[in-house]
Amino acid sequence: MNRRRLWAIVIKELRQLRRDRITLAMIVGIPVIQLVLFGYAINMNLRGLNAGIADQSGTAGSRALVMDMLATGVVAPVATVNTPQQLMAMLRRGEISVGIVVPPDFERRRSDGRPVAQVLVDGSDTAVQGAAAQLAQVPIDSAAPDMRAPARSTPPSGRISVVSFYNPQRRSAIDIVPGLIGVILTMTMVLFTGIAIVRERERGNMELLIATPLTSTELMIGKVLPYVVIGLVQTSVILALGVWLFAVPVRGSVLDVYLATGLLILANLALGLLISTRAQSQFQAMQMTFFVFLPSILLSGFMFPFAGMPKIAQWFAELLPLTHFLRLIRGIMLRDASLWELWRDVLALAAFIVVMMAAAILRFRKRLD
Amino acid sequence: MSTDEAGTAICAHGLSKRFGALVAVDRIDLEVPRRHVYGFLGPNGSGKSTTIRMLCGLLTPSAGEIEVLGLRIPAEAEALRRRIGYMTQRFSLFEDLTVRENLEFLAAIQGVPRRRTRTRIDELIGQYHFGGCQSQLAGTLSGGQKQRLALACAVIHEPELLFLDEPTSAVDPESRRDFWEKLFELADAGTTLLVSTHLMDEAERCHRLAILNHGVLVADGTPAELTGTLEGRTLIVEAADPRRAQQALLGVQGVLSVAQIGNALRVLTAVEDALAEGAANTRQRINDALAKAGQKARVATTPANLEDVFVAVTRNDKESEERAA
Ligand SMILES: Nc1ncnc2c1ncn2[C@@H]1O[C@H](COP(=O)(O)OP(=O)(O)OP(=O)(O)O)[C@@H](O)[C@H]1O
Ligand SMILES: [Mg+2]
Repeated sequence: MNRRRLWAIVIKELRQLRRDRITLAMIVGIPVIQLVLFGYAINMNLRGLNAGIADQSGTAGSRALVMDMLATGVVAPVATVNTPQQLMAMLRRGEISVGIVVPPDFERRRSDGRPVAQVLVDGSDTAVQGAAAQLAQVPIDSAAPDMRAPARSTPPSGRISVVSFYNPQRRSAIDIVPGLIGVILTMTMVLFTGIAIVRERERGNMELLIATPLTSTELMIGKVLPYVVIGLVQTSVILALGVWLFAVPVRGSVLDVYLATGLLILANLALGLLISTRAQSQFQAMQMTFFVFLPSILLSGFMFPFAGMPKIAQWFAELLPLTHFLRLIRGIMLRDASLWELWRDVLALAAFIVVMMAAAILRFRKRLD
Repeated sequence: MSTDEAGTAICAHGLSKRFGALVAVDRIDLEVPRRHVYGFLGPNGSGKSTTIRMLCGLLTPSAGEIEVLGLRIPAEAEALRRRIGYMTQRFSLFEDLTVRENLEFLAAIQGVPRRRTRTRIDELIGQYHFGGCQSQLAGTLSGGQKQRLALACAVIHEPELLFLDEPTSAVDPESRRDFWEKLFELADAGTTLLVSTHLMDEAERCHRLAILNHGVLVADGTPAELTGTLEGRTLIVEAADPRRAQQALLGVQGVLSVAQIGNALRVLTAVEDALAEGAANTRQRINDALAKAGQKARVATTPANLEDVFVAVTRNDKESEERAA
């Protein structure tokens, strides 16, 4: 391998990238948009939901309970009415997302230890359901409020069962952000190198390149290196935003976070290169990228818990770099694990990189036929 | 078959290339002498690009042997790549790099010594008139400028052998002369050039040329040798009404083609008639046909050009095909 030729490819890629405004914008834009979208969409700590209140008891105790609920900031009162029926109608019309009902026999219920209040929730929106669960955690002397989604009959029960009914997993940005680093890198990195070789073939550059002493190894590695840097930049953007916007903790070492991310970046870039040597057009490369991206999102454990998947899906998921990365990054960021302790996934990623890179280099022929 | 220091740069024997059922190149024998500008003349789809790609090891031949600069191709193609320059038919430099960046890239890839890179690039920018636009993006250059840049990039490492695939297709006639001056300078400096074209005037400038038609090498030699074989077979017919005269001549036995050139007709006659008596016969028949059509015309022989050669060899081709059928 000739260092000068390798370097020439790297510089060429960077120069082309510098002039490609859209790609440049995407490098920073995709992480920011994805993080904000995913972060807030899956974040269940919504605030300021429109609420209607029907306090049929009107005692000092019931007023105190309503004030406590409002004080959580999850809901903001927009209407005060007399009956639960009115609240249901408003809910149906979409005027409110949450209705709080305190029945006339509030004081007796409280002393009996029965549910003291009802929270009516717009059940069509899972985020709202989740948010309303917070209301259920407002402490009351001896009882919890009852919550129930319209058109669903849930027997009135204690605080704990209510909470688990509405928000079985209590996922929040803290779980999402580390995984999101992996998802964003899988999406952008595979695509970057996926089109890298095809693009040159489409534009006619390849016939020039293969008629020179440039070797396939130089070309492949030269194409990968600039994007490693870009991937690390993306990682930093996501980490910084995650810490700033969602107070995501980095409990393990930052160096380990970057090392794990570096492994995922290389794995994805190598996979992209392999796609690129196969695809006949940029469009095909994009299709193939998507073909990898969907199972990664669905099976890696990012969306659904890994343990809950059928065995076959688990085996398949073990082949995806994202699966291993998620174990690494969650371990490092959330559980303060070190890379050493997670050596199995490190090894899996390293093996993936070597196999994909070798396959890409071997598949690439300095020939037109 | 062999190539050596003094004599031959490219030597190919029985070279063929099939794409599925299509025979793009059909058993070509080639010998390109060193320090020559060797032309590849042929219409669209005749297999010029395919042959060039096989010669520089980018396509694997279906059959045949190739030796270039003493190296067996495609086996030793990698060693050959350091010694050749290849200018593709389609613009293949990076449109989103500037003129200078493209040159810098190629200099590094082709292994121009680091110390010499700067002076070499400045030299090329001067020689190829890119002084004013060295920081212009290659994609925004005009067609002719792009081809000039492609040539500059192809010669940056001063290769022994240059393959140029239709290098002047977008160059205006004025600049084309300039372009060819450069090619001859390179040949004088010791470079061997293989240039494909479908322009007759360019072919005429080559030291030697090969004419391809439907993948078959139909003629090769120096332009003088090639036109020499048509001695006495081309006639100029000056008639009052050239179009009607053309109609009259088309069916005449022994007439291969009749092309109108301004007010005159250029007539190519068949090979049997090159014999003195036959020629007279064809001349006689031409005069008769013109008289019958009521055309007063003046008929005179004229020196043949490569276009005549091209028509003659491709017509022979057709006739032999017809005979075979
Ligand atoms: N990769 C390929 N696959 C299939 N057919 C091909 C391929 N490359 C070339 N051909 C066919 O081979 C024939 C010769 O093509 P080639 O490009 O060599 O012609 P050419 O002489 O360079 O023509 P032009 O003057 O138009 O450039 C054409 O009929 C073309 O369609
Ligand atoms: Mg061609």
